[in-house]
Amino acid sequence: MSNDEKQQLRPFDRLTTRAVAIDQPNVDTDQIIPARFLALPRHEQVAHLFNDVRTHEDGSPREGFPLNGPAAKGAQILVAERNFGCGSSREHAVTVLVDNGFRVFIAPSFGDIFHNNSFQNGALPIRLPAERIREMLDHLARRPDASITVDLEAQTVTGPDNWTQSFEIDSFRKQCLLQGTDDISLTLSYADAIAAHERRAAAECDWL
Amino acid sequence: MAEAHVAKPATMFEKIWRRHVVVDRPDGYTLLYIDRHLIHDGSYNAFRRLAANGMKIRRPDRAYATPDHYMPTNTRDKSMIADPNHKRMVVGLAEHAASTGVTIFDIGDRRQGIVHVVGPEQGITLPGITLVCGDSHTSTHGALGCLAFGIGSSEVTHVLATQTLWQRKPKAMRVNIDGPLGFGITGKDVILAIIARIGAAGGTGHVLEYAGSGIRQLSIEGRLTLCNMSIEGGGRAGMIAPDDKTYAYIADRPYAPKGEAWDRALAFWRTLPTDDGATFDREVTLSGPDIAPMVTWGTSPEDAAPVTEAVPDPAAAPDAARRDGQARALAYMGLEPGTPIAEIPVDRVFIGSCTNSRIEDLRMAAAVAKGRKAQIPSWIVPGSGIIKEQAEAEGLDKVFTEAGFEWREAGCSMCVGMNGEIGRPGERIASTSNRNFVGRQGKGVRTHLVSPAMAAAAAVTGRFTDVRRLIEA
Repeated sequence: MSNDEKQQLRPFDRLTTRAVAIDQPNVDTDQIIPARFLALPRHEQVAHLFNDVRTHEDGSPREGFPLNGPAAKGAQILVAERNFGCGSSREHAVTVLVDNGFRVFIAPSFGDIFHNNSFQNGALPIRLPAERIREMLDHLARRPDASITVDLEAQTVTGPDNWTQSFEIDSFRKQCLLQGTDDISLTLSYADAIAAHERRAAAECDWL
Repeated sequence: MAEAHVAKPATMFEKIWRRHVVVDRPDGYTLLYIDRHLIHDGSYNAFRRLAANGMKIRRPDRAYATPDHYMPTNTRDKSMIADPNHKRMVVGLAEHAASTGVTIFDIGDRRQGIVHVVGPEQGITLPGITLVCGDSHTSTHGALGCLAFGIGSSEVTHVLATQTLWQRKPKAMRVNIDGPLGFGITGKDVILAIIARIGAAGGTGHVLEYAGSGIRQLSIEGRLTLCNMSIEGGGRAGMIAPDDKTYAYIADRPYAPKGEAWDRALAFWRTLPTDDGATFDREVTLSGPDIAPMVTWGTSPEDAAPVTEAVPDPAAAPDAARRDGQARALAYMGLEPGTPIAEIPVDRVFIGSCTNSRIEDLRMAAAVAKGRKAQIPSWIVPGSGIIKEQAEAEGLDKVFTEAGFEWREAGCSMCVGMNGEIGRPGERIASTSNRNFVGRQGKGVRTHLVSPAMAAAAAVTGRFTDVRRLIEA
């Protein structure tokens, strides 16, 4: 589900910015953007990132919620606990984060669909070991204005204490991100193989 | 082929995956062929994006659409949809389906309903196929022995354009339910018990196959409920080997094969179950007889406990992270540690959703409601127009309305509240849906996940009640 016409994918290489820490496991996509905002045009969804957990009943900002702090301004990296983006497949959860300036999500694990949706929108989800995430979250709690560097080509994250940690990424996804390639154009180059599969399958499973 | 008789034992997932590989790239990515694609009103923008990019649908004959998320459940009249953004989704889906030749079960058609109810009901979902939909609960369809998973909107556009998807092959995990389930235990209780055991991320990156005598015992409706919530345990998909119950369920459905084609299909389907000796990346086993009626007490589906137990005490949690998480969940839910679950009062009941809105679900709820009175506002939202008709033919609607329940039209309704059907802040809802997330049923709403029988028991007693005390063995 989603959104207005997709924006052109921006190639991704390297960035250094502040990070927002969401120190909770199992942050679901309903929290990232509640269902009642999904029918709005994409540019109107931008104001509703974490709508219900970010604000009180009367709409005033909830003090202490990381996105409401001064250090969140300009942050392009989000650090979270395990299973970030679980639940609903709504791609709006990625686009509303992207439209709020985020391009990198770092967590011990992600919901599978959120993980896939990130790549579709030029965003980079990075899995790091749980101990490293704990360290980052604790550091960001003390120093919310700390900077983090992400280098996709080198596959490294450099943290506020100058440690550098490498991360794994599928080379397929890496190339797509580095070049800003859209999956569909790549897939269409395999049109003959798809047609061949269809002929074979039609013979084998003619009831479909 | 020489290797045929020394073939390595394979899992059902492996067998289905292998047959759908179009391209295996050296970097580990597979272009996977998609046999059937289900589309709902929330996917209307994926259609738009395709048209805006000047692309055509490769196989409109493989796509089936029905509006559900934005459908009102108090009327069958499109013009009654008040919110223009909602109306645009429902009307837009129908327009795109008409202009592209995609089959649609639209509002006003008795076959309209929740996409994960309609697929199996129409025989669109079949063993051995790959099936996707832009909705995470697509895992439902695996109950019939296929590989079915949810995708995002960009991937919906990709499937429309190419009938394929790029995938990294998931791992395989088997969840065994050993031994018979007790009296009054349903697919919902089984899946909540599984998620409580493995955790909300327990199945991440895996396809889950459910097996064992406790699974065989379940009806097809119960299996659909079970596989539906695979995603709540983090699973990419859930599946159950087809058996004679499966074939009996599928036979004669509108889009299922007929005559000689049925015989050929059946012979193939019988080859699908996991071979003896096949290995899984992970296995988990639960004891069937130990599973009790389950109720969630927190804000993740993993926060589930038997109705006979109490709300946990965060002070007893094994580590600081879990202590904080439980404390946060209990604060949101307005619950005190140590409160017996059977003493928690409920404000409202919702029976419906792609998890629990099928005819068997309604029969189980009606068996509890019969001759009793709902103490709190309680809704019944059937999963499709056909289920609604069948329930009415069986007189279930009368049982419900005489017991003070509200009998409504088919749609997703309060499971996700996209159509505006939501609860009030602070309201405590016993819900047969799949997610007890913060704000899922409306800002500040407290959702407890239960089976249809347990929801009906909550309706007639005004609190959580062990349904086994209200029905006869």
